[in-house]
Amino acid sequence: MATKAFQKIYTQLEAITKATVTLRAKGISNDELAVVDGKLAQVVKTKGDLVTLQVFSGTEGIPTDAQVTFLGAPPTLKVSDELAGRFFDAYGKPLDGGPEPQGREVQIGGPSVNPYKRKQPSQIIPTGIAGIDLNNTLVSGQKIPFFADPDQPYNNVMAQVALRADVDKIILGGMGLTNDDYLYFKHEFEAAGALEKIICFVNTTEQPPVERLLIPDMALSAAEYFAVEKNEKVLVLLTDMTLYADALSIVSNRMDQIPSKDSMPGSLYSDLAKIYEKAVQLPDGGSITIIAVTTLNDGDITHAVPDNTGYITEGQLYLRADADSGKVIIDPFRSLSRLKQLVQGKQTRKDHSQVMNASVRLYSDAQNAKTKLENGFDLSDYDLRCLEYAKAYATRILAIDVNLTLDQMLDTAWEIFGTYFTKAETGIKQEFTDQYWVGK
Amino acid sequence: MKTTGKVTGIVSNLVTVEVNGPVAQNELCYITVDDTKLMAEVIKVNGKNAAVQVFESTRGLKNGNDVEFEDRMLEATLGPGLLSSSYDGLQNDLTTMTGVFLKRGEYTDPLNHEKLWDFTPIAKPGDKVVAADWLGEVKEGWLPHKIMVPFSFKGEYTVKSVAEAGQYNIDTTIAVLTDASGEDVNVCMYQKWPVKVAIKGYKEKPRPSRIMETGVRVIDTLNPIAEGGTGFIPGPFGCGKTVLQHAIAKQGDAEVIVMAACGERANEVVEIFTEFPELIDPHTGRHLMERTTIICNTSNMPVAAREASVYTAMTICEYYRAMGLKVLLLADSTSRWAQALREMSNRMEELPGADAFPVDLSAIISNFYARAGMVVLNNGQTGSVTFIGTVSPAGGNLKEPVTESTKKAARCFYALEQNRADKKRYPAVNPIDSYSKYLEYPEIREYLSEKVTPGWVGMVEKAKNIIRKGKDANDQINILGDDGVPMSYHEMFWKSELLDFVILQQDAFDAIDALCPISRQKYMLELVLGICDKEFSFADYEKCRSFFKETINILRQMNYSEFQSEKFNNYQEQLINFINNGN
Repeated sequence: MATKAFQKIYTQLEAITKATVTLRAKGISNDELAVVDGKLAQVVKTKGDLVTLQVFSGTEGIPTDAQVTFLGAPPTLKVSDELAGRFFDAYGKPLDGGPEPQGREVQIGGPSVNPYKRKQPSQIIPTGIAGIDLNNTLVSGQKIPFFADPDQPYNNVMAQVALRADVDKIILGGMGLTNDDYLYFKHEFEAAGALEKIICFVNTTEQPPVERLLIPDMALSAAEYFAVEKNEKVLVLLTDMTLYADALSIVSNRMDQIPSKDSMPGSLYSDLAKIYEKAVQLPDGGSITIIAVTTLNDGDITHAVPDNTGYITEGQLYLRADADSGKVIIDPFRSLSRLKQLVQGKQTRKDHSQVMNASVRLYSDAQNAKTKLENGFDLSDYDLRCLEYAKAYATRILAIDVNLTLDQMLDTAWEIFGTYFTKAETGIKQEFTDQYWVGK
Repeated sequence: MKTTGKVTGIVSNLVTVEVNGPVAQNELCYITVDDTKLMAEVIKVNGKNAAVQVFESTRGLKNGNDVEFEDRMLEATLGPGLLSSSYDGLQNDLTTMTGVFLKRGEYTDPLNHEKLWDFTPIAKPGDKVVAADWLGEVKEGWLPHKIMVPFSFKGEYTVKSVAEAGQYNIDTTIAVLTDASGEDVNVCMYQKWPVKVAIKGYKEKPRPSRIMETGVRVIDTLNPIAEGGTGFIPGPFGCGKTVLQHAIAKQGDAEVIVMAACGERANEVVEIFTEFPELIDPHTGRHLMERTTIICNTSNMPVAAREASVYTAMTICEYYRAMGLKVLLLADSTSRWAQALREMSNRMEELPGADAFPVDLSAIISNFYARAGMVVLNNGQTGSVTFIGTVSPAGGNLKEPVTESTKKAARCFYALEQNRADKKRYPAVNPIDSYSKYLEYPEIREYLSEKVTPGWVGMVEKAKNIIRKGKDANDQINILGDDGVPMSYHEMFWKSELLDFVILQQDAFDAIDALCPISRQKYMLELVLGICDKEFSFADYEKCRSFFKETINILRQMNYSEFQSEKFNNYQEQLINFINNGN
């Protein structure tokens, strides 16, 4: 961000808080960037000639006589094919030692797609993970978060989903990633040989929290370039949106705004929606799909961040450790993809939704049997078969490291049904049992 | 001369303007940024400073930017062509906008000015008319769209001339009226009206006395909504609020439906855009889109316009009501509108009420709900606006300001329950907590007796009672164990399950079950209550369970079959045989 010649330099701050500085300046436009004592800042409020700037990296060490120059424009990103395969920080500066990419400069956080011009999402994004493909099918143009406790391996799962997903570009927006997780993503992407389709914008925990606010807009501006101009299928990964919301609350707090539920700003819903609603199926074939992570506090989904997220996104995915297989699975009960019916049985085999429902229902019978067992009741023959089934279902289909095509998942499910149950017990429509039943 | 001003302060979309003349509360203004003009509305005035909320992104706005005041409030344009249109919250036509992305400062005309309409006069020269009286009509699709004396006209006018039957565009003068002072005024086919002001121009607003059929059993049978009534649907995410509202929109017995998608997911609106033009209105056999107007301000569109969107929608409804039509307004979700109010109140640094909502939230909500209702027009005909809003309570907790305020204003309450949704018992409306105040109205009870069957309300209350008792019985069974309670508890529980599975649950995605006319609802309720009236003597609870499971299965097959078709009758025969011999 080189300063232009003849720019006016201000040297008198009126007020400093932990996240903002205020000074007197004229002709300043809303959302414009500025440099305060060498640090990047953005205009968040003007009142008469008093201008309040949010300093992204924090105000530590900024003196009242700091030099302030205004850059005349909101944050931008240079978009072109050169972005592919690169790692950037929250300001869009390369982290990988490479040259700065050239391209058309676009303002980040741009306008929304006209809802009338959107297309209804209708393309499945296969991931090879049954917890998604079979039970909660992902559709291009969808937005869906993982609701996970901090101790769950959500970043690993997300990396796997991303690498297996059949998409043209994967854009990672990392907010408050630990350095270890950042290196993990980097390593996974490199090891998969998928670097040319990956773009990362990363803010690690070592960096100031307010910088995170730029990450989703940066990632989504890059996504819009590839989806709108190149008609590509783009998958955007945002982790962790709870830390993003925390950064929002820090800024609003420093600006003396009245907090609403859980000390989050009153505009939290709109702030999150602005990001998630960038997910879109465009008329010319390009799409942006968003998979995010919202970390929970001990599973509490009534907290303002997961609660508002749930009202915005099209479903949610929960992780859980499965005792039978000793593996992580995507919880078949609480997880939901609201768009799955747009592709199930249309883009996938006709028996898909019946097999999905039957396998989850039988799995739930197994849970009841388990409860009975724990409470010391006798188990019926059906209960015992359910327990066996649950083990097979979790190990051979659900476990996150199993990688199957959808048809293989369905075939395996039929095979397991045939091993443990009668046709009637599965409750599947006759036209499908006639066609697919394995065994007796 | 128009008042002008200069921008002096900006926080997000709240802008302070120093003005050089008079300004009114809620007056519109345009702020010039570079080469675009952004629409904004005055929300507070303090001395020479007006606080305005901008309906667009304020990026790049500078102190010193010019502002021009319009001397009018935010208005809706009302005329033929509103139906089957898709608007944003400020009534810009979304379909005529250029480009995939919404452009800031792009405002499009809500109505087509070139299209010709078949006009037939109603009023005659010499007639004395007042605001909202009918001058003529055009066919909008299949609906008679009345061209009225503009609502803003005060006092009595004499019709000087009315255009002959023929084809005209909406700008054509179709009548000349003479006011009391002898001055002539021209009337064309459209008019404008400030959205935040209720349209009057009717004789009286009686208590609702009829039911608005929705085709949804858990509403029509258990807690019916009156034509001209108000109701709301609160529920946590994932409980099927939107599916239920869409179901009502598809089957509601209304002539005009306005759907306000207020701060919700864009893909849900896309679903309406994609499906509605294909679907058929079960009451008229016409395409659903022909009777539907969509006001769409999705969650990523500007917040201030979100607030405007519900008012725009209500104004359009009142306009069609003045034509003597039955109008249904569905707003999803009113919580997002309340949140928009909260964001502004917050930026204006007002002292907050509960959960940081503005203190007058309750008043604003009840004021809005009060605009619904049945009216008797000046010519004696009736029209109605029925309003159903959804509420998205934070954390699914109904003890929050928006739900509580709405509960005070709305007369029907359809509580969606997480537990029912988890069990896939859709629609997940809790049968015990939900209520309809209209069932207490003597005129409604009388209407139901006549329309459905004598003693209908008594039957409904009986059904509710069985559900309540069944729940208690189930609680006892869960505490004491299957063997720890008398058989009658099991029987009571399964009778309530019978009602639950056959009457309460309804498959919104099944072509036949989705639409259930009141005659069919009556038939099924009588059938089910007939079974509930029987005293059974089961040997053990397993027998009881399997008996009712089979009964439920047969009755559900009936729900999936065309009413009184051969298939339907066969299942009924099967049912009777099973009940007589099966236990």
